[in-house]
Amino acid sequence: MTVIVGPKTKPPEAIKDASMARQKQMVNAHYDRLASAKERGEKVAATFVPGNLNELLMCFDMVNNLPEVNAIQNGLRRQSGGYVMEAEKLGHSEDVCTYVKSDIGMMAKGNIGPNGKPLPDPDVLLLSYTGCFTFMKWFELLRRQYKCETIMFQTPYLADGRITKDMISYMVKQLRQDVIPKLERISGVKFDIDRLREYLRKSAKAEDDHVWVLQSAKHKPSPIDAYFGGIYYIGPIFGAFRGTDDAIEYYKFLRSEVEQRIAQGKGPVTPDGDMGQERYRLVVEGPPNYTNFRQFWKMFYDEGAVVVASSYTKVGGTYDYGFRHDPDRPLESLAEYCLNVYTNRNLPMRVDMLENYINEYEADGLLINSIKSCNSFSAGQLLMMREVEKRTGKPAAFIETDLVDPRYFSAANVKNRLESYFQMIEQKRAGFRGAA
Amino acid sequence: MLDRPHHTTADIIARCEALFSDLSFTAAREWKAAEPGRIVVGFLPYYAPRELVHAAGGLPLGIFGGGDQLEVIHGDAYYQSYICRIPRSTIELGVSGRLDFVDGMMFPSICDVIRNLSGMWKLMFPSKGARYIDLPHNFDDDLGGEFYVSELRETCEWLSSLTGKPITSDAIRASIAVFNDNRRLVRALYQLRADEPWNVPSAELYLLLRAGMVIPVEEHNQMLADYLAAVRLQQRPIKDNSRVVICGMFCEQPPLNLIKSIELSGCYIVDDDFILVTRWENSDVALDGDPLQSLARAYLHDSKSTPPKYEPDEAKKGLYLVDSVRKNRAEGVIFAMTSFCDPGLLERPMLQAVLKSHGIPQIAFKYAENSGQMQPIREQAGTFADSIKLWSGA
Ligand code: SF4
Ligand code: SF4
Repeated sequence: MTVIVGPKTKPPEAIKDASMARQKQMVNAHYDRLASAKERGEKVAATFVPGNLNELLMCFDMVNNLPEVNAIQNGLRRQSGGYVMEAEKLGHSEDVCTYVKSDIGMMAKGNIGPNGKPLPDPDVLLLSYTGCFTFMKWFELLRRQYKCETIMFQTPYLADGRITKDMISYMVKQLRQDVIPKLERISGVKFDIDRLREYLRKSAKAEDDHVWVLQSAKHKPSPIDAYFGGIYYIGPIFGAFRGTDDAIEYYKFLRSEVEQRIAQGKGPVTPDGDMGQERYRLVVEGPPNYTNFRQFWKMFYDEGAVVVASSYTKVGGTYDYGFRHDPDRPLESLAEYCLNVYTNRNLPMRVDMLENYINEYEADGLLINSIKSCNSFSAGQLLMMREVEKRTGKPAAFIETDLVDPRYFSAANVKNRLESYFQMIEQKRAGFRGAA
Repeated sequence: MLDRPHHTTADIIARCEALFSDLSFTAAREWKAAEPGRIVVGFLPYYAPRELVHAAGGLPLGIFGGGDQLEVIHGDAYYQSYICRIPRSTIELGVSGRLDFVDGMMFPSICDVIRNLSGMWKLMFPSKGARYIDLPHNFDDDLGGEFYVSELRETCEWLSSLTGKPITSDAIRASIAVFNDNRRLVRALYQLRADEPWNVPSAELYLLLRAGMVIPVEEHNQMLADYLAAVRLQQRPIKDNSRVVICGMFCEQPPLNLIKSIELSGCYIVDDDFILVTRWENSDVALDGDPLQSLARAYLHDSKSTPPKYEPDEAKKGLYLVDSVRKNRAEGVIFAMTSFCDPGLLERPMLQAVLKSHGIPQIAFKYAENSGQMQPIREQAGTFADSIKLWSGA
């Protein structure tokens, strides 16, 4: 039967738990703060999620604007497709990262933020160059538009899987001699290291609860979905809230919510309510698709598939691997934070991480969502898949979508792939039972 | 008779072509086998501190993908569709055993694909060393310079671990001197082509540079000197071609036919970004003082601007291309970017805007190392050449 959906038919409202609602409020409040920053005389810094120095920016009373988050918000609101095409009309290649094009298209269309209000022009572009080459060109492109200063803060790549003294010293020196003096000049606020220490202390507190929540997925059934739900959980800590009391409160609240779910033996909450029986536990590598987010998620929870760990929730920091912002070593700690973000880790480290997740979270296998326009994540994922499969003996699958370009989300394909993947897991289990 | 070169340009280019099409790297294999203890260290296109490999007594070997002659069978299984060709043909070279004699590989930090390829190499060929060369985007001696010196020092340690011998500063200085000769000869070749492009066809220039990627630098110096001498003894017919600068070929290599097609369509290429490593530094690298500092200083203050590099000064963005057009009396720019190449394609709109503001004509197309169909490119370049002539006549 064909169901004809009229243009006025709205999808049913997604069910949100209290922490999601709270987070939505936080995000909205942040966008409102951004929109009115100039009226209050606040300076605005645009910067990236991986390697964002929110605590440092707060020391200069700056508000942080994250272009990737804008692209995500526009993806979720189905605005990004038009923006991407607008950027392509302006001469941008169809081959490059769609976050960039969504951002540039949004700018071309008046820079209206996800809250419907114009976003302010940044006073500085803090180019925290961590684990993605696109960042560098993205801010060079924005610099032409905004005519504002761009500060390059380079993070060396963890090519050999270790942090060296020279890396830290390069980064700390950049902070001392370049980043901080420039931020002082642009903001007119003198740097106070004690203020930074205080923010870092707060960050660490929120980070503790954040990690607790992520690791709660070790329970069976998992009380959270660490990918689709995970993107909500990382919002405050990866974005503009690290270092604030708001973040501490949010994670405390989220933790108590998850504690309750565990006590009640509940699985994760989905847009359609509590998830049914947990049938498959997955580890997912790669960012999600945002233009069809709910549809994509539904393909999982309808089958009882829950994501127990994901690499995407580590793009803004690998806290579950023990890193915490450290008020006693403020600048070194900012450097270590940047060095440790997921895409700044080399491929062998990424493979180790996924392997560990499969073992520690007792997952049934690995699913890779390969993003068409993101080389930072995607180049090499097929090898990662094979390696993880080889090491864990668990089945893996590979799907391709895009972040915020709806032209590259083929629902039928994705669904087919997922269905055969779930079958593969079943077969593996049956084989295992047969062998036992 | 004394001035007569030992070879004609045709002889030299024939040798270059043989080296170019030999995907088993026989010359490098033979060099390695000739003396015990010799090492061969591969590097990916763009940039690598070749001097250090040389100082370690090794041969730096340019691995420039498989071109259009290599059938990629295994490599495609490692990459999804939306990624450029060069990493998959490089994997193919590795998996098919063509690089089995290489002792280590250097991966320059040109983009996320090569960056991830360095990790793939570690996983796939754990017995072969893989060294990622992280390049500075901060150009202060005290910041990016210091960092780069530490990268170079670590690279020396890595090379020493391959040979079992330390690398002395004197050895590095001596190697810098040989590479300075090479740079001087390459600059002379470029100058000659800019002055007399009809006498130095770009396909020949390209093959000469490629040859330098697979033979010892001393031999390459001799080859370049011989070519320069031989070319002066001949006059080829001058055509009424338009003079263009090519931008975009800094990593994945164009099929040789693509370069030929551009020239056949009525364009003289008078500057380009082929094989950048051969003229990364604009002038000689200093021979006095600490050689690692000299290499770092040359990198920071005297090297080519190119899409994968950060430009700290917005006012200077893209001016290198305008300068090249002026200096080489070019009439337009052809952007030939690799499909799916982030650095190139993200940079292109910025460069186009700069050229536009300087009134410099331009066209853009994409290619892959295995592009076969040259007709559309020839037509596009031909129309461009014609329109340049029309404009300049107006
Ligand atoms: S990490 Fe991927 S999605 Fe993010 S900016 Fe880089 S290329 Fe784009
Ligand atoms: S062609 Fe471009 S994207 Fe591909 S490896 Fe080279 S620089 Fe990277």
